Order: sequence, then C-alpha cells, then structure tokens
Amino acid sequence: MPDDDVLLHVEHVSKTFGEIHACDDVSFDLWPGEVLGIVGESGSGKTTLLKCLAGREEPDSGLISYTNRRGEASDIFAMSEPERRMLARTDWGFVHQNPRDGLRLDITAGGNIGERLMMVGARHYGNIREEAETWMNRVELEFGRIDSPPRTFSGGMQQRLQIARNLVSGPRLVFMDEPTGGLDVSVQARLLDLLRELVRELQVAVVIVTHDLAVARLLSDRLMVMRRGAVVESGLTDQVLDDPQHEYSQLLVSSILQV
Amino acid sequence: MSARKRKTRDADGETGYNFAYLDEQTKRMIRRCILKAVAVPGYQVPFGSREMPLPYGWGTGGIQVTASIIGRDDILKVIDQGSDDTTNAVSIRAFFAKTADVATTEETSRASVIQTRHRIPERKLRADQILVYQVPIPEPLRFLEPRETECRKVHAYSEYGVMQVKLYEDIARYGRITTAYAYPVRVDDRYIMDPSPIPKFDNPKMDNSPALQLFGAGREKRIYAIPPYTKVHSLDFDDHPFDVETWEEPCGLCGATDSFLDEIILDDQGARMFACSDSSFCTSRRAEGHTGPLSEDPLAQASEGGRANAG
Repeated sequence: MPDDDVLLHVEHVSKTFGEIHACDDVSFDLWPGEVLGIVGESGSGKTTLLKCLAGREEPDSGLISYTNRRGEASDIFAMSEPERRMLARTDWGFVHQNPRDGLRLDITAGGNIGERLMMVGARHYGNIREEAETWMNRVELEFGRIDSPPRTFSGGMQQRLQIARNLVSGPRLVFMDEPTGGLDVSVQARLLDLLRELVRELQVAVVIVTHDLAVARLLSDRLMVMRRGAVVESGLTDQVLDDPQHEYSQLLVSSILQV
Repeated sequence: MSARKRKTRDADGETGYNFAYLDEQTKRMIRRCILKAVAVPGYQVPFGSREMPLPYGWGTGGIQVTASIIGRDDILKVIDQGSDDTTNAVSIRAFFAKTADVATTEETSRASVIQTRHRIPERKLRADQILVYQVPIPEPLRFLEPRETECRKVHAYSEYGVMQVKLYEDIARYGRITTAYAYPVRVDDRYIMDPSPIPKFDNPKMDNSPALQLFGAGREKRIYAIPPYTKVHSLDFDDHPFDVETWEEPCGLCGATDSFLDEIILDDQGARMFACSDSSFCTSRRAEGHTGPLSEDPLAQASEGGRANAG
C-alpha cells in the first residue's frame, strides 16, 4: 500500500483496446504539489493513461488510489460513481487540449468559472461573481469580458478560462492533456508562464501529458517517457532530458528542432 | 377477457370506445406509473404513451393521465392559459364529455379533476381535487445538458449546480432572474422539476398544496407528480430571492389585484387593458358584485383613455 503522504498511487495499471496495449503495467507515485510530465509520441498511450488516472476510463487491471484531504487513501474505481464525480469536480481538475471540450460555450465566462462553486452549494450571486472576477484577473483575462460567452474568445483566452474554471474549487490535483497544443508559440509561452506561477502558488499537484519536451522542461519536476503503452524511462526532468538512458528517450531528445 | 367485457358495457357515451377512450390495460399501466410518481415526488417516471386522437403538443400527456384517473362521478374542468373557452380547453372537455360521459364545469370549486395547460387556478384548491398538467418538455435540464444519459445521472446524484448556472446567467445578462415561466423548482428537497410552462406567478401555489398534482408529457413519455402537502421550492440566490410578477393596475373587469393578468390590445390606437387570465375566477368575482375600472364597456372606456394617453 502507498506511503501516507502520497497523493496518487498507481500500481500495475494496464488497459487494452482489443489487441492494442494502450497502457502496459504502469506504476508510479505522485506527491502533493508535484508536477509530473508524461511525454511520448502520438499513440504511446499517454492520454489513455491520463483518462484512467482521472477516473474517466476504467483500466483492465491495476490499482489507482487517491488520498483525500482527510488523509484516507481509496481506490478510485472501488468508490461509488457519485463519490468519484464529486472528487472530479472538487478535488480534481481536468484541462482538455481543446478548450471547447472543457467549457460551456454558450454560458458567460463568469458562469463557467462559477459553475463548480454552484455545484458544491454556493447560492450567493454576489460572492460567486466576486470569485469569478478574482479568477478572471488571476488568469489575466480582461475583466470586461466576464459576461461574454467563451465562443467569442481566442484560443489562448479559452484555454486560460478553462484553467480558471478548474482551479476555482481549489483542487489538489489537476490533469492536463496537451494544454498548450494548438496555440501559437507566443501565446504558448504566456500560458506556460501563467501555469507555472499558479501551480507554485497554489501548491497543486499536476499530471501533464504533452508531446512537447519544452513544455515538459518548463513545467514538470519529474518526467515519464512512454512508448507503446509502457513507461521506458522516468526520473527528474533535467536528468531525463539532459542525460537520456533509454534509446527511445535519446531519439526523442535528439529530435527537437534547433532554431 | 374482463377488459373486453367492460368495453361493451362502458361504451354508453360514444359507441365503439371504452370508457374515457383508453383501454383498461393502458389505464392500469398509467395508474402504476402515477403511483410510482407520487411515491417519488418530482421524479420523472417513463410510461408507454399511446397515440391519441390529437397531435402531440395539444395535451396528449395530460389527456392520458386524466383518462386513467377519471371516474363516472367526477366533474371535469379543462383550462388552457387560464381560460375555459379556448380551442384546446373546449376540445378536451368535449372529448371527455363524449368518451366518458362525465359532467363538466367551468367553476374551479365544483370540479374534482382539473386538466390544465399554462396556469394554476387562482382559487385555492382542496384536498379532494386533482390537478393534471399538460407538459411539453418534462426535463428541466434539457437545454443545459444535451445528453439524456447525463441528465439521468445529474438527477440520480442530485448534481444540480448546472441549474443554478442558468439563473446566474439571467442575472449576469439582465440584472435579475428573467426566467418567467417553467421556472425550475425543487420538490421535497430532492428532485429538480420543470413545473410545465406555467408563469412563475403560479409557483407558490404548488408549495404545500392540498390537491394532488399530476404531470403528463405525451411526446416525451414521462409522468411526474407532487403529492399533497409537499414542499416545492423555487430555485433562487440568497441575494436574488425568488419573486413573482406584479401589475400596476387591477383587473379591468373584476378589479382583482391578486390574480395573474393578461394584457389585451383593444384597438390599433394603443388602447389596452389588463384582465384576469383565469376566466372562471374573474366571472365568479363579477357575479359577486366586484367591478373593475373598465367593467362597463371596456372598449369605449379604454379607447378614450388610450387616446388621451397618446395625446
């Protein structure tokens, strides 16, 4: 069983789709406030693993155990569905690659941020509004856009709104699936900067899936390299990127384009 | 077999039809669903809705519920938008007069079963009365959550935050809750329910009502209910509490200040009047001697007033 202070304990998780091994015997521990990057090429099972961790896809075998605020560790697939859904909208966050998957596009930015608060019983409009304003500010969204629906936002703004919507409930663990994918480089840089600041400030643990090694370098403390569903190498980010041991990691690192 | 026997015996109103149109097996099925709905207040019970001799949207759900509960001694009242004499109300009343041979009335206090669309009568209902609503869209989350499977989970797990988001949006955009009809309610502190498109003015009448309230949605095949004396809470925010519509003037015909008023355009000069939407309520008040500012000759008086205002 996991250590007392481990936040997320993953043990021998496997998931297959027919003949395809999307995740093959993955094990790791995640501590509170730690940022874990998962890198690998397309189809290496990164996203499937993330979905399993977030309780959105049930693995075929293995254990995923989450330690809640009271210090009780429990298997997320052994708990009831309402309990798991409750965790997902209070203790956890999920930032989708495509912000349209994680936002309500017809609801104003303020409503999007306030939804989680209302989900857990906030019934005072003024307070919800105030909180939404604070978060608009924190993710550097123009205050005047609080009553605009996100479909009128640019991609970078939508992504920042999605982050605010997730962080408003004060989660302890956020899953991110390619949060900077599809953004141009300058917007990407600003978003990364913002993410890094928020993560440090809020002491939130993050599992971030990316194929962009620069993103991994900037954000994550630790790195896992995946290939064909299996973890081929893991360690401190700098260690993996500067001195890759496995041949696939070496290939990955040497494939970065130099400008 | 017994059902078939009954069929010939009951067909005394209009030959060839069973009592109240539906066959006995269908009525039993619907009654079972009604019992379940009453046992779980506000929960939408699926039922095998039948083809009725009128189009969906004209009250097929309400008619099936009424047909399943009505008996020979019942007195039926049918209202549409508060009025007893609109097409929908007249047709449904005639339908049951023909197929069930029951007495009908326009007086709220005389009726034992009241089928309604868009209103709750102004006169307080009693414990020996049943109110049957015609419901077009039973799912309160329909325009917030497109997935039916997700809607079911939201109800099952009471994850109703998204309903509050809808009200938040109203305030953010217009400064107040602008939802004026089909205003969502929470029944017995559990299920969130769409009260059918009644004005929010009528919402407080559902709370702790002595009368049984049944809701039938024919196209969507759902029945739900509020048992007598059940708590019905209209959703709101602490700093934006629920309130109902008010009017600056009384009913032009009977002078009532506590009823839901319709605005009636009288000519093309801008003349208009307000009158009770509940026609039976207004008629009975006038019979009791109440008068409103326009009760003599609405058209002439209001036209004068309208022109004066315009000038």
